[in-house]
Amino acid sequence: MWPEVFSPQILKLLVSSIGQTLYMVGVAGLIGTLIGLPLGVFLATSRRGELFAAPAINNAIGLVVNAARSTPFIILVVAIVPLTRLIAGTSIGTSAAIVPLTIAAAPFIARVIEAAIRGVDQGLIEAARAMGATPLQIVQKVLLPEALPAIVSALTLTVVSLIGYSAMVGAVGGGGLGDLGIRFGYQRFMPDVMLVVVLVLIVLVQGVQSLGDFLARRLDKRARF
Amino acid sequence: MNLHLHPIPAPTAADNAPPLIALRDVEKTYPARSGGGAVSALEAITLEVPKGSILGVIGRSGAGKSTLIRLVNGLERPSRGQVVVDGVEISALPEHALREQRRSIGMIFQHFNLLARRTAYDNIALPLEIAGVPSSEIKSRITPLLELVGLADKARRYPAELSGGQKQRVGIARALATNPKVLLSDEATSALDPETTEQILALLRRINAELSLTVLLITHEMSVIKSVADRVAVIDGGRIVEERTTFDLFTRPQHATTRNFVASITGTDLPAHLAGKLASDPAGASQALVRLTFTGGDAAQPFLSVLTRQLNLDLGIIQAKVDHIAGQPYGTLIVGVPAVPTQVAALSEAAQKLGLDVEVLGYVA
Ligand SMILES: Nc1ncnc2c1ncn2[C@@H]1O[C@H](COP(=O)(O)OP(=O)(O)OP(=O)(O)O)[C@@H](O)[C@H]1O
Ligand SMILES: [Mg+2]
Repeated sequence: MWPEVFSPQILKLLVSSIGQTLYMVGVAGLIGTLIGLPLGVFLATSRRGELFAAPAINNAIGLVVNAARSTPFIILVVAIVPLTRLIAGTSIGTSAAIVPLTIAAAPFIARVIEAAIRGVDQGLIEAARAMGATPLQIVQKVLLPEALPAIVSALTLTVVSLIGYSAMVGAVGGGGLGDLGIRFGYQRFMPDVMLVVVLVLIVLVQGVQSLGDFLARRLDKRARF
Repeated sequence: MNLHLHPIPAPTAADNAPPLIALRDVEKTYPARSGGGAVSALEAITLEVPKGSILGVIGRSGAGKSTLIRLVNGLERPSRGQVVVDGVEISALPEHALREQRRSIGMIFQHFNLLARRTAYDNIALPLEIAGVPSSEIKSRITPLLELVGLADKARRYPAELSGGQKQRVGIARALATNPKVLLSDEATSALDPETTEQILALLRRINAELSLTVLLITHEMSVIKSVADRVAVIDGGRIVEERTTFDLFTRPQHATTRNFVASITGTDLPAHLAGKLASDPAGASQALVRLTFTGGDAAQPFLSVLTRQLNLDLGIIQAKVDHIAGQPYGTLIVGVPAVPTQVAALSEAAQKLGLDVEVLGYVA
């Protein structure tokens, strides 16, 4: 059985699946961050009495974010097929799978960034205001830099979750490691392929987590005991 | 908004310079929130801080001290009245003009509020970056500031690598970076030990003298005000109940709140176990307790030995404390003498002749 796993054909499939997973997670993570970061900053600064106080808009965005986050991912994938077709030109394939992944990632990122920014000491905002900083300067010079270690940890968490989600997009022909595992390991009774896929996923997640932890620790200048 | 609704009165005389900070009939009410009514934090506050002086504001927790100081740099707006700093009515400025003004008002905080991911140097640079000062100028500004606060060798340290006192020094340098006219200090020494507190207060005094900076210093500790403030305002329940020179306030406190604060450090109060037994009637008592207070130049006199010799009296010392307030000696002494009316009267008379304040507290068995 083992030689089968390492047959050139399967190895090629494995490599291309890793490529697809990295591609989907990378692009969805990037676009998700581009959308989620500003949303998260806004959510963290727009309640009553805050820097960009706009409680009504804050509530509305919060509602949308919660709705997106409470929809099971596999339902989201199917439900937004028309939108996927509109954006990607097709609803099938790796690139098309990026659309639901991004839509799942953005609200998740918004919430974790919000939490990271809310973790910044209020006293720092007070000090910056006392220096005559504008709300935008406070975001640029105080909130984002001070929250950076927490933001890196939050994005690490996001990427790990996205790797998990990406296994489900096989349903729309997205490919990737999860899809490979299901097709060969489950549908074709090749449990060893499934095992290899799972091992690769574990290594991937472990690698991402270690890198994220390392970066966050490097960025954090607070005392460690 | 009408910016010219409240004209600022001109100074009365040319030599009588206008105060650098003035609060006129200021009231601050925080609006009601869900789960609570409106909070009246300050009422009828009128206060002036002359240019180059240090005003201490003391009050208990919740008295309204932080609210008061935040009115001065416009972090809060008064519900009524005017706040004027260096001729500019802060309370009437729109937000963008207020931001400009805040650069001339430095502020330091109880918990320092330094950015953890910036070094000491970069923390001091922050207000300059915010003001849009080019980075070439920033360096020439920060180096002397680091020297002024005694941290030239700690420029590249992160706050987590500094002691509390060093952090506050960075906070002070940061507050001075934009060359402000006013320094606001909200409990800046409350998180420090007594020795470090003294060092920070000495630094504030020096800055006040060298840069002729006007300082508004808020605290709940009388010992902080004692060594540093020129004048003191006592705030209680959102009102200023007393405002005098530091020495006057310490030696002749008028309001009950002030007496409580003063007693905590000047030792004018009886120990609790004696205060409980004190009777106003000499009948059946063995001892009269008399408080002698000496201030200023009188303190150097050997009055105790003079009194015992003159009156041939047996004096027992119940409590004694000598202190220096605003650079002048000040002391209180509580003595016990035999509860004989003629002897008590003779002591009072002789002590007053020596320039002491005398008060018969009562009698104990
Ligand atoms: N933003 C706010 N909203 C509502 N009430 C407030 C607000 N800030 C302060 N208060 C109330 O105003 C009063 C005065 O508060 P302030 O913070 O000025 O007191 P303080 O003298 O500084 O007290 P402490 O010594 O504990 O710092 C308190 O009753 C407080 O609860
Ligand atoms: Mg306070």
